[in-house]
Amino acid sequence: MKDINVLMVGVGGQGVILASDGLAEIGMKAGYDAKKTDSLGMAQRGGSVVSHVRWGKKVFSPMTKKGEVDYLVSFEELEAARWAAYLKPGGIALVADVVIVPVSAMSGKIAYPKWDEIASVLAQYAGKTYRIPATRIGEEVKNTKALNIVMMGALSTFLDLKPEVWKEDIRHRVPPKFLDSSLAAFARGTESMRG
Amino acid sequence: MKQLLSGNEAIALGAHHAGMRLATAYPGTPSTEILQTIAPMKGVYAEWSVNEKVALEVAMGAAYGGVRSLAIMKHVGLNVAADPFFALSTIGTNAGIVVISCDDPGEHSSQGEQDNRHFAKFAKVPMLEPTDSQEAYDLMDWAFRMSEEFDTPVLFRSTTRISHCKSVVTVTRERPTDFKKPGFLRSQTKYVMVPSNARVRRIAMEERIARLRTYVESFPLNEIIKGSKKLGVISSGVAYQYAREVFKDASFLKLVTTYPIPANLIRTFAQQVERVIVIEELDPWLEEEVRLLGIPVSGKEFIPIIGELSPEIVEAGAIKAGLLPAPARTSAPAPALQLPPRRPQLCAGCPHVGPEFVLRRLGFDSRVKPSASPREMTANEMVVSADIGCYTLGVYEPLGALDTCACMGASIGMALGMEKALIPNKSVAVLGDSTFMHSGITPLIDVIYKQGKSTVIILDNGTTAMTGHQGHPGTGFSVTGAPAGKVDLEMLVRGIGVRDVQVISAFDLKAVESAIKHAVAADEPSVVIIRGPCVLREKIRKTPFMVDADLCAACHDCLEVGCPAIALTGDEIRIDSDVCIGCGVCAQVCPQGAIAEAKR
Repeated sequence: MKDINVLMVGVGGQGVILASDGLAEIGMKAGYDAKKTDSLGMAQRGGSVVSHVRWGKKVFSPMTKKGEVDYLVSFEELEAARWAAYLKPGGIALVADVVIVPVSAMSGKIAYPKWDEIASVLAQYAGKTYRIPATRIGEEVKNTKALNIVMMGALSTFLDLKPEVWKEDIRHRVPPKFLDSSLAAFARGTESMRG
Repeated sequence: MKQLLSGNEAIALGAHHAGMRLATAYPGTPSTEILQTIAPMKGVYAEWSVNEKVALEVAMGAAYGGVRSLAIMKHVGLNVAADPFFALSTIGTNAGIVVISCDDPGEHSSQGEQDNRHFAKFAKVPMLEPTDSQEAYDLMDWAFRMSEEFDTPVLFRSTTRISHCKSVVTVTRERPTDFKKPGFLRSQTKYVMVPSNARVRRIAMEERIARLRTYVESFPLNEIIKGSKKLGVISSGVAYQYAREVFKDASFLKLVTTYPIPANLIRTFAQQVERVIVIEELDPWLEEEVRLLGIPVSGKEFIPIIGELSPEIVEAGAIKAGLLPAPARTSAPAPALQLPPRRPQLCAGCPHVGPEFVLRRLGFDSRVKPSASPREMTANEMVVSADIGCYTLGVYEPLGALDTCACMGASIGMALGMEKALIPNKSVAVLGDSTFMHSGITPLIDVIYKQGKSTVIILDNGTTAMTGHQGHPGTGFSVTGAPAGKVDLEMLVRGIGVRDVQVISAFDLKAVESAIKHAVAADEPSVVIIRGPCVLREKIRKTPFMVDADLCAACHDCLEVGCPAIALTGDEIRIDSDVCIGCGVCAQVCPQGAIAEAKR
């Protein structure tokens, strides 16, 4: 059983915490010791959100160290660059093509970086970066709130668990009226990794 | 049964399974979720109390009435509840009573950092600290039993990373089914703290701590983990988990009874290892206690005293102390990209935005650029004495509309103090409805009593927003969302004796401006209640607004509102229609009339 560290990052309101709760629970059900922790001080007010999820035979610290993260799952482009240094050499970055401009960049004093710049920051740390067309998928499945599920779908392709485990978690967590679109979002997230 | 629980959820479940029947709290990060988890549980009375002092007093009453009780608060809440906490320690209890303090190292969502372990020694109360959710669950049972066996409150200390971290919990107990009938055992010598009785109880307190010192020696959740004899690490709380991660080969002494400490157990451990260190967050609490035993020990020489720890920080400290080898130098990373920070901010459509924008215009000289260094105020400026809540975020640019923020309710007393100090500028106090109920009422009484002329602005969004929309006495709903008693804010301030009371909408900037101008000019105490619902709670969505690029004169006044929906994109001001909820504040700010509701 290989230890797995995931860092999920994004902006308050994007569903990062819900997704990382799910990921930790899936780990526990798969037989791992699992821990997770969020930095969510005032996150609902548009701040950065970061969730550490760790699976292992025995997990002590809920928090990962810089250079230890296997998968950086970013729900927003700028946040991917902010947390890139947590990736271990050769780690995987999964980045949703979502841009949320912080107020600090709205008056034009500090620019929101272009994707090429973000990608070059990620390239310093990541073995490979995948940009997930989450916005388009959200529109196509008619559920723009399913971003976190799209990202879970993308992540699931790297983790050796049965698809049913993930789907069960979605059923457990999502209200019935969003279930179909959520399962579709998961499937599309998975497919997006096949290119 | 295995469950993935946060520390807060585990505390709630542990208390429930320990037969706790009454829980009180005032919301405060990182403690809030404990009462929220307890509220729907069967057989428990749960309440959001008006403040932490009242919360603890309600729990005391219940414990004296024979019911196991829990009072829950964040670290600074225990400052508010310190008076009953010390009284409770002196008096002791009947049924078990546990006080939960959730500290916030690193100040994720707090106005200050403090190590509440000091309260245990200060008030002579035993303290327990879990290292994960499993221990949080297990320890609650011990806490109630200790409370009853030793006739004492128990301080149960958590921190942000214990409260908000989820880990696997094996649930081993169930809620008891038979309870003692509630009843108060009359005993004036025990419960009436006149000096003659208090002096007797004072002796009991010291005897209690002496007995507890023996008791903790065999406390089963304190644990020695044998490793290398070269290094012995004493640790507690989440720092223990970081230490286990960093010092892979060392021996460990994990302490969950952190006051009083098990002296003999520590001596035994110290004899087994060549060097003893303590890894702990915030103050050198354990380190000093261990040093008092005459054991050579270090810790804070290389572990920071300020802020939250992490495995990285502990590792860096260990390298600094020569306990771990320095890492092989890697090549320096390429120069980093400058990333725009993402501070928390007021939401699009937040009812605090308009009033704070007006305060910035009225209270701050627009010709003087904001700066970090103190400056003399010009004649027409106002001191805006603010308080604890979402509106405190108005300190950040572009609003920058506040001058002070200290602690719950302080705004009003401080505004009165500025007035009585005869500073040349006018001052106003600004606070929210929940904060006013918590501790704004008594200072407003002082304003009336001292014949002050202060203006108090109550931003009434009908909820305790910052901590996630909890009820308070002005809301009329309870912790479960059920209807509850309701205190009428306007009648309350009138009843105190304020005659000049205005109630206005938060979204009508002209009305807000004229109300504040009137109140500040008045020769008597005044209250302006500015009402508008919290958008996060009410999920309001009206027609979004948009900018008519032909009319826009690029003055950028609308950017001064600091609304997350408005951005300068290239040369053009744009409103993001997905983010805009249609509050219309920006349209009132625009001098060109270039902002209007989008046509459908």
